[in-house]
Amino acid sequence: MRRLRGNFLMNLKPETLQQIDEAITRYPVKRSAILMVLHAIQEDRGYLPPETVEWVAAKLELPPINVYEVVTFYPMFRRKPIGRRHIKVCRTLSCALLGGYKTCETFEREFNTRRGETSADGEVTIEFVECLASCGTAPVVMVDDTLHENVDSAKARQIAELIRQEAAGRT
Amino acid sequence: MPAPAQRRIIFRHVDEPGYTNDLACYLRHGGYAMLRKALALAPAAIIDEVKRSGLRGRGGAGFGCGLKWTLVDRRSGKPIYLIVNADESEPGTFKDRHLIHQDPHQLIESIMITCWANGVQQAYIYIRGEFPEGARILERAIGEARAAGFVGPNIGGSNYGCEIYVHRGAGAYICGEETGLIESLEGKRPYPRIKPPFFPAVLGLYQCPTIVNNVETLCHVKHIVEIGGGEFAKIGTPNNTGTRIYCVSGHVRRPGCYEFEVGRITLGELLHEVCGGPLPGRRFKAVIPGGSSAKVLRFGDTFTLKNRDGSPRPLAVEDIPMDFDTMAACGTMGGSGGVIVMDDSVNMVEALANLNAFYAHESCGQCTPCREGSLWMKKITHRLVHGQARAEDGALLKSVADQIAGRTVCAFGEACAWPTQSFVAKFGEEFQAYPETKRSPRPEGAGALV
Repeated sequence: MRRLRGNFLMNLKPETLQQIDEAITRYPVKRSAILMVLHAIQEDRGYLPPETVEWVAAKLELPPINVYEVVTFYPMFRRKPIGRRHIKVCRTLSCALLGGYKTCETFEREFNTRRGETSADGEVTIEFVECLASCGTAPVVMVDDTLHENVDSAKARQIAELIRQEAAGRT
Repeated sequence: MPAPAQRRIIFRHVDEPGYTNDLACYLRHGGYAMLRKALALAPAAIIDEVKRSGLRGRGGAGFGCGLKWTLVDRRSGKPIYLIVNADESEPGTFKDRHLIHQDPHQLIESIMITCWANGVQQAYIYIRGEFPEGARILERAIGEARAAGFVGPNIGGSNYGCEIYVHRGAGAYICGEETGLIESLEGKRPYPRIKPPFFPAVLGLYQCPTIVNNVETLCHVKHIVEIGGGEFAKIGTPNNTGTRIYCVSGHVRRPGCYEFEVGRITLGELLHEVCGGPLPGRRFKAVIPGGSSAKVLRFGDTFTLKNRDGSPRPLAVEDIPMDFDTMAACGTMGGSGGVIVMDDSVNMVEALANLNAFYAHESCGQCTPCREGSLWMKKITHRLVHGQARAEDGALLKSVADQIAGRTVCAFGEACAWPTQSFVAKFGEEFQAYPETKRSPRPEGAGALV
């Protein structure tokens, strides 16, 4: 069997490793666990570092290309670090009809950065994403795992203020 | 005549004060009694009830649920899998969040009944990546159900055992397509499979017979076991039985999810009475009745259908019943039940540009007509909106869309072509006007859509 190369480099928490081993038991075919394993690594490290591909390939006994093609296909997987907080503004029609573009621009102004980019202080990354499936409370925004509903410009400024306060409290 | 009242069956406990999503609350409300009842019935009898109920899939295509179950290959000797499609990502559709967050045990009980009826011993819930909270709620609920003996080995003291696992997607719309979903669950890129000849019922997950059902469809199963297929078939209208969740979003006063008997309410009643009509000072202009892929309807248009006796049946957009069949006869579809409303502040070229950006982003790239065509359509509408319109753009859009639909492995080809085809056909004058004005005359107070 191939040696788990880059194991020490992955630097995963013990509970992440446990979570990964448990996920693999859920499927009759190891390869099926790939999305769950990648999610676990991304939650632990904040992104998928370059050594992920080889490490997961060895873990699931796959050629690395099988991991690479998955990492590069799914929009939620990131190969670069992002800001401490991840702001995802919904771009699709129902949100746009009620001001989703304005909401996104408000966040861009508040953090002095642009969609798809991270603020200079590394605090937030703003992303304009496709439908978050909460069209009835448009415009919607996800900050990390939390959904915020009816986010007009005023509410966007409140959310931005809370994020700044939280950041100030940390230092 | 006032609009009919909601008939909340699968939404009975959604937004109910004091109702929580834990097992104790579910049991207090009679939970898992239908699983016990089902385990005492022969599997074939349950499938018969579901067939009798006339339940059609709520994901978009409206395929008969009982028929789907009947098509499963039971002689292969291979295990049969159930996959719950909780990858709800059709823009305009937002019911799964409520069903999963507020009543996860209803879904789990229905899954277990379905598994028993079909001899399934392993079920996967494929939940979209953007629902991390929903995934945690389901994991916890499955854990509770397992501890109480409703999931796992020897269910309810019987010899029958079945496991449910939660599997998270990662933000790809195409995973809602059932064979794309299967590929994704196998750990690959979600490129949809060619069908026919082989459907998932024969060769699905790991080349084993597989059932893929939508969350809303499955939630009905426990209620069919409760009241019987015959009684269920009396709800709604013939061939469009049961209830549906209509998700209304966009320019109405009271957007939200509403459960009605299928076809017993018209589009006009839903929008004007249930949702409170247009925003102050506005008029309805257009509506997409079944998720963003459904063809758009223009207010003011009328359709002439036929009554049973052959006499003409004129229908205004407001008069169209919210069902599968009449919607199809009017050239659109009931689809996923996502109703997106646009008022007279909307520039239809911009609205289409918004949708085209979505489809260009979400095309999986497997088939050339869709991969290239969806991007071309995005670029053409983009240049229209940004002041570089050409006289031929309307016709060009239609030509591109016409060459995608019907030429791809999966229905995404149609899904991305239908908005363009219908927007250009029904609002042609807005596309025509572009070459002269060069820049969209965005109505006052309207926000940007692209």
